[in-house]
Amino acid sequence: MVYQLNKSQKEIQKAAKEFAKGEFDKDLAYELDKNQEFPEKIWKKAAELGFIGMHFPEKYAGGELDVLDNVILAEEFCRKDSTIGSALMLSAFASECLLRFGSNELKEKYLPKVAEGEMLSGAAYSEPDTDAAFDSLITTAVKDNNEWIINGEKSYVLNAGMAGFYCVLCHTNGDQKTSLILVESQRQGITVIDKGEKLGLRMTATSDLKFENVRVPLGQLVGKEGNGRKQVQSVLDESCILIASLALGTAQGAFDRALDYVKQREQFGKKIVQFQVTQHKLADMVSKIDQARAITYSAAQSFDAGKLDVKLACMAKLVACRAAVEVASEAIQLLGGYGYMTEYEIERFYRDAKNMEILGRAPTHLKDIIAATIVGKIK
Amino acid sequence: MDFDLSKEQKMIRDEVRKFARKEIAPKAEELERTGEYPYDLMEKMAKLGLMGIPFPEEYGGMGGDWVSLHLVIEELSRADANFGAIIDVTTSVVGQELYVFGTEEQKRKYLIPIVKGEKIGAFGLTEPDSGSDAGSLTTTAELQGDEWVLNGTKQFITNIGLDNASLVLVAARVQNEGKGDIISTFIVPKDAPGFELGEKYRKMAMHASATHEVILNSCRIPKDNLLGDPNRGFAQHLAVLETGRISIAAMAVGVAQACMEEALRWAQGRAQFGQPIFNFQAVQFKLADMAVAIELARNMYLKAAWLKDQGRQHAFEASAAKLFASEMAEKVASDALHIHGGYGFMEEYPVSRYFKGIKLLQIVEGTSEVQRMLIARTLARQ
Repeated sequence: MVYQLNKSQKEIQKAAKEFAKGEFDKDLAYELDKNQEFPEKIWKKAAELGFIGMHFPEKYAGGELDVLDNVILAEEFCRKDSTIGSALMLSAFASECLLRFGSNELKEKYLPKVAEGEMLSGAAYSEPDTDAAFDSLITTAVKDNNEWIINGEKSYVLNAGMAGFYCVLCHTNGDQKTSLILVESQRQGITVIDKGEKLGLRMTATSDLKFENVRVPLGQLVGKEGNGRKQVQSVLDESCILIASLALGTAQGAFDRALDYVKQREQFGKKIVQFQVTQHKLADMVSKIDQARAITYSAAQSFDAGKLDVKLACMAKLVACRAAVEVASEAIQLLGGYGYMTEYEIERFYRDAKNMEILGRAPTHLKDIIAATIVGKIK
Repeated sequence: MDFDLSKEQKMIRDEVRKFARKEIAPKAEELERTGEYPYDLMEKMAKLGLMGIPFPEEYGGMGGDWVSLHLVIEELSRADANFGAIIDVTTSVVGQELYVFGTEEQKRKYLIPIVKGEKIGAFGLTEPDSGSDAGSLTTTAELQGDEWVLNGTKQFITNIGLDNASLVLVAARVQNEGKGDIISTFIVPKDAPGFELGEKYRKMAMHASATHEVILNSCRIPKDNLLGDPNRGFAQHLAVLETGRISIAAMAVGVAQACMEEALRWAQGRAQFGQPIFNFQAVQFKLADMAVAIELARNMYLKAAWLKDQGRQHAFEASAAKLFASEMAEKVASDALHIHGGYGFMEEYPVSRYFKGIKLLQIVEGTSEVQRMLIARTLARQ
């Protein structure tokens, strides 16, 4: 599939580039990364300009745009700054559940708040001992008159402590069935457990959550009762496209910086870009980035055309995240000692890239899924 | 042929392994997070004689060999690579340069405190515009009466920011009447007039081994602080870096070993899909590849150190060990993170620290690209 951006996509790209250039400040990024803080002001501005939830329908304050548009936005944001870009794009991480499966009431109540920069949302799916199939959940939601009572623990909740609401995957009524329930963060009985320092994506909070007799109305069930696991798997499949686009931008951003550097740095009496090895490194980097872009755009396009192609989405995440790690590593190498210093930013891109590779679906799991689509289920 | 370590080599390796496990490993996370310098641990290392292993007893050393020193670097780095870095610079590079090229008086004055671990040494080659092309350095030295006056900026100088750092060995250009300029090496004490300690660099990781800029602003040092042959300052500097490469290889092996051990422990303890994840072939193969790469790299650095102990050429072996070990270590750390999944990113688990630290090893003491240039050169000479 050949990708060619149309006029409106080019406009989005341009707008994203201009916004990032104007708002993403290098010194601020250093401080926020160091202190693990969310770029709140930038996020508010991005929401004002319609960059958050761009693909939501208009009635929920979205831009009614395509997934590919959102991909282009994520790419441009991360190209300018992988950590700020990711924090903005992941600010609405649990909203996809709501968008795809939520009741009209829930969507009306929460999606505009997400899109307008009033609240972050957090996905509370994993638990300390769950596997990728969410087979051994301990969190339960029990019906009590017109309320759910939720108990349990969730791990690696994106935006935990910052979010206005969480989508929580629970066992419902004790059986093996699971359901997704929207829980506002101000409800009684929720404790945020800080997980300390992390490697990358440090502007996006990742903490554990403890639920103790947390009560929410029955109407906060997201989607169908008993369908929780399936819905989560489907939004995680979908999120592969978004994370691939974050990685794509991160790779491109690391490449841009390395290219600038090798064009001006002189060693052995010439620009280092004149060395064949440098040129071939650049050739390899740009090839990896183009592969990543082709497959990511293609996954987004096919989703926009009607149906999520799970295999393609998984391949996009696998390829784009690997490209990001490898390109960022090579970019550090091209800068030599400077590459290891925070001043040149690429070390942060490298850490973020590595974090993206594990975020959502990890490589091993992606390969399991891709292989399963090829060989079918092995008994 | 004999692959066995000697009794002494085994003894010191085992002793340091115990020390590193007991004393260093429990503090590594905190040191990295706070960026505080590990003075108390350095003092303990000094007491064990670790800064002076390859130097004769008459200079306060242990009278040991380079194989032993590198076994020690591996064991220290397995607990915390910062300690490998401190020893690499102060012993393999600076201590050796003073020992091999210094006068008796210079050795008494500058080498002995370093060997005893009372003082720490730093190495000054890199400049803002002179990295891989080290020969293009622009720092100058001029003899004025009884003093050398140095001007220039040295960058990415490890160790010099430590309170007990006493000196930096600076390579500088000297005008040689009518014959163009030569590069000589100078012992620049940290308290020399005109010596300015620049800003501490903000790095990706390795925060407990400090890296600073050094500015020599008409820095005046005694005439006698010229080190070795004034015409061969650059060659002297490069010669000791050869040993530094073996040290970086040993560091990479130590960190990779730690990564593998953490990944193995995690894989055996973590249950998913109803069984320990070690049972999955994808995990087993990753661990197998790690073990192979680490074993190869370990043999490579040991061979290079052994050749050095025999007084034989080892330029190829040192570069090859450094190149291979630092590159395999990045892959090992990356795979160890994968095996940990989301847990790998939290500093509660040490793999994320290893991952960040390891990238530096492909850059210091000559980047991977420089090693390939050097290796190709040795091939062309054969």
